[in-house]
Amino acid sequence: MDIKPELFKVTIDGIEVEVSPGTSILQAARKIGTEVAPPAMCYYKPLEKSGGKCRACLVKVAQGSTNDPRPMPKLVASCITPVQNGMVVENFTNEQVVDTRKGIVEFLLINHPLDCPVCDQAGECHLQDFAFENGNGVQRFEEERRTFEKEDIGPYIQLQMNRCILCYRCVFTADQITDGRVHGVMNRGDHAEISTYIHKTIDNDFSGNVIDVCPVGALTDKTFRFKNRVWFTKPMEAHRDCDKCCGKVHLWYKGDEIIRVTGRKNQWGEVEDFICNTCRFEMKKTSDWIVTGPVNISRHSVISANKYAANTIKKPEFALDYAAEHYKKINDSRPYNKNLDEIKASEDYKTLMEQNENYLNKSQN
Amino acid sequence: MAESIKILTDKIGIEGIENFDVYRKNGGYKAVEKAIKKMSPDEVLDEVKKSGVRGRGGAGFPMGMKWGFLAKPEGVPRYLVCNADESEPGTFKDHYLMKSNPHLLIEGMIISSFTLGANTSFIYVRGELMYVIYILEKAIAEAKKAGFLGKNILGSGYDLQLVVQPGGGAYICGEETALLESLEGKRGNPRNKPPFPAVKGLYQCPTVVNNVESISTTPWIVLNGGESYSKIGLGRSTGTKLISASGHINNPGVYEIELGLPVEEFIYSDDYLGGIRPGHELKAVVAGGSSVPILPAALILKTADGNSRLMSYESLSEGGFQSGTMLGSGGFIAMDETTCIVRNTWNFARFYHHESCGQCSPCREGTGWMDKVLYRIEHGLGNERDIDLLVDVAKRIEGNTICPLGDAAAWPVASAIRHFRDEFEWHIKYPNEAIKYQAVYKGDMIKV
Ligand SMILES: Cc1cc2nc3c(=O)[nH]c(=O)nc-3n(C[C@H](O)[C@H](O)[C@H](O)COP(=O)(O)O)c2cc1C
Ligand code: SF4
Ligand code: SF4
Ligand code: FES
Repeated sequence: MDIKPELFKVTIDGIEVEVSPGTSILQAARKIGTEVAPPAMCYYKPLEKSGGKCRACLVKVAQGSTNDPRPMPKLVASCITPVQNGMVVENFTNEQVVDTRKGIVEFLLINHPLDCPVCDQAGECHLQDFAFENGNGVQRFEEERRTFEKEDIGPYIQLQMNRCILCYRCVFTADQITDGRVHGVMNRGDHAEISTYIHKTIDNDFSGNVIDVCPVGALTDKTFRFKNRVWFTKPMEAHRDCDKCCGKVHLWYKGDEIIRVTGRKNQWGEVEDFICNTCRFEMKKTSDWIVTGPVNISRHSVISANKYAANTIKKPEFALDYAAEHYKKINDSRPYNKNLDEIKASEDYKTLMEQNENYLNKSQN
Repeated sequence: MAESIKILTDKIGIEGIENFDVYRKNGGYKAVEKAIKKMSPDEVLDEVKKSGVRGRGGAGFPMGMKWGFLAKPEGVPRYLVCNADESEPGTFKDHYLMKSNPHLLIEGMIISSFTLGANTSFIYVRGELMYVIYILEKAIAEAKKAGFLGKNILGSGYDLQLVVQPGGGAYICGEETALLESLEGKRGNPRNKPPFPAVKGLYQCPTVVNNVESISTTPWIVLNGGESYSKIGLGRSTGTKLISASGHINNPGVYEIELGLPVEEFIYSDDYLGGIRPGHELKAVVAGGSSVPILPAALILKTADGNSRLMSYESLSEGGFQSGTMLGSGGFIAMDETTCIVRNTWNFARFYHHESCGQCSPCREGTGWMDKVLYRIEHGLGNERDIDLLVDVAKRIEGNTICPLGDAAAWPVASAIRHFRDEFEWHIKYPNEAIKYQAVYKGDMIKV
């Protein structure tokens, strides 16, 4: 009897790959490599049920399967769509996909505070990468950004809700690897927020993992807060005998000092072996660890800037001159700028605003 | 008045019809008796398939076909869930049907559950309608006492428990998979599909979700046969449809119409809406609840090809989104010339902004964005590029989300701009005029 499972042939951006049935398009693409793998902002392989939310990974299925070659009518989320035999997928080669992804970048950024200069995640932030690699580089959003009240969720984890992209990874993490989730998503729509149930603190041996799974700077390590930019730190692979977890970590050094401990992330930014809070927050001495060597970091990452002869990287000479030359006073001819004051001073406007205010207040109660 | 067929509303108006005895005296529960005593589940399913009745919750999917898809693995319970979460702006027919004749829905639930082989069925009612929930619960208790619910119904050996579940008042919980999540006691987030509820629904078991009105057609179909039902209506739009009519019309209310009725007759005949309020004329219509594209008067009365527009799934969608719309859930909102389309569109956009569950980025962020831009335009703070921006944002939401709420938020905005672009431009060009309370664009640019 032939026990070898039948493999499905899938073509992604013109490259063929064989995978076992049940594999998602995204996993098949990752098998080929970074050049065709769709970006993923919410999917996280080690977490069950993750994916489907951010829509960053949308791809075009140009041919459903060998048996049913019709294309799928809409773009599909590659992270949760299983492959079929003979499926043909277009990712970076499809204009609609590329364009739609630009839209997703824009959507994720409109309410994002863009406070990268003061954000501890900067440099290892998936939103930065996603926006840089797939975005448009222009800003069309002129409205006020949505903001949230600050909330303290405990001594170890810093919550910055304004930066959250609601990928739900931290919720699944708390569900699946800790014994009792105390935080979750409250409210709806763009006011949905990560919060703890009636202002509880998150206190659990494995709670720190939500920091590692968070793609942005919404959940960061309080013990590392404002200590350094990640690209100035030096990651080392290390392990220790731990009775709670696998004890396999990355230590982030500033000089001789360990300023942060994290789980080990793979090429896709996913931690496969989760670590406990003791390892993460309390073991900050080199003598606590058996250090095995530097972490292999791809040149592509900004974290590599410190390691690959940073001084050989050419400084962009043009920057200042170019900026000075092109700096012009912005000519804004929008009509409202002309008579905004006039409008605002008018009686009609005041009446209208009052009515609106009442209307909005009423409907919100 | 033309003799029109009443399938759902025939008993409404009979004194005390909400009581079991009165309902029974007027022919109630006869269909249950017929189905359970004289028919097999497959025979009932056959009749429903023959009737061609389509889901009345919005999507119009043939009900018999949906039932046919239900997976039937051994030893796994199946569920029927009635979607009574009705929260679409402009739609209020299920509310009317349940409060006026609760036993009709219960009778339909028994027949449908019997057909699908469900022993526990749920009615998920919009949370704001607490009094309707009490009415339904009373009716269920009466039906149970009379032996139509509970164990061994009519001695057939078939058991059915009917549970009424109040929702929390979220529009998104009307989306069938969000409803199932909510019914399971979780946050009402729509699920990724597949798997579809017919395979993995409530508690991961095969489940059918149907609208109140859809389920309420089954007693008639059982008594009169699917074939007679399919003869009512027009083409693939079989049967009758409840239309919730509101807006600037003389006779707002819920109407049961035979599908295929000309829109013009529906609006202007005294049997139906009785025309637009005196001294005014029709400007625009939202024909199927807030989610469907808005159409200007000319296009709702006649299709782009000049054919008379009919109240049917096919006719209303003739012309695609370029010049057509959808029957949707049958929320018919008529607006006269005093309506500001920009304000109306902003109002709809606010609704979707408020109701998005927030799971997927295009809908979560896009609905808020459109709301804010429309707010600005309406308040005299718009600028020229806003209109194209809105079209673009709507386009980027549409089709890229987990559930159809994203589309439902995008369509009203896109269609309003498609058909009333001059009105948006007017707001931007003449902000001083636009901010005057009840300022309405009258068709030609005001000189400033
Ligand atoms: C955002 C949203 C809200 C919905 N609300 C309702 C509702 O209130 N009532 C309803 O019957 N269907 C509603 N639907 C449609 C349901 O998802 C589902 O299609 C319907 O209940 C199926 O029943 P039917 O086939 O009998 O129409 C909604 C869909 C969406 C996307
Ligand atoms: S806090 Fe981070 S991990 Fe949690 S939902 Fe927000 S972005 Fe995702
Ligand atoms: S489309 Fe909107 S309502 Fe539907 S799942 Fe996405 S965010 Fe939620
Ligand atoms: S990664 Fe697939 S939708 Fe987010």
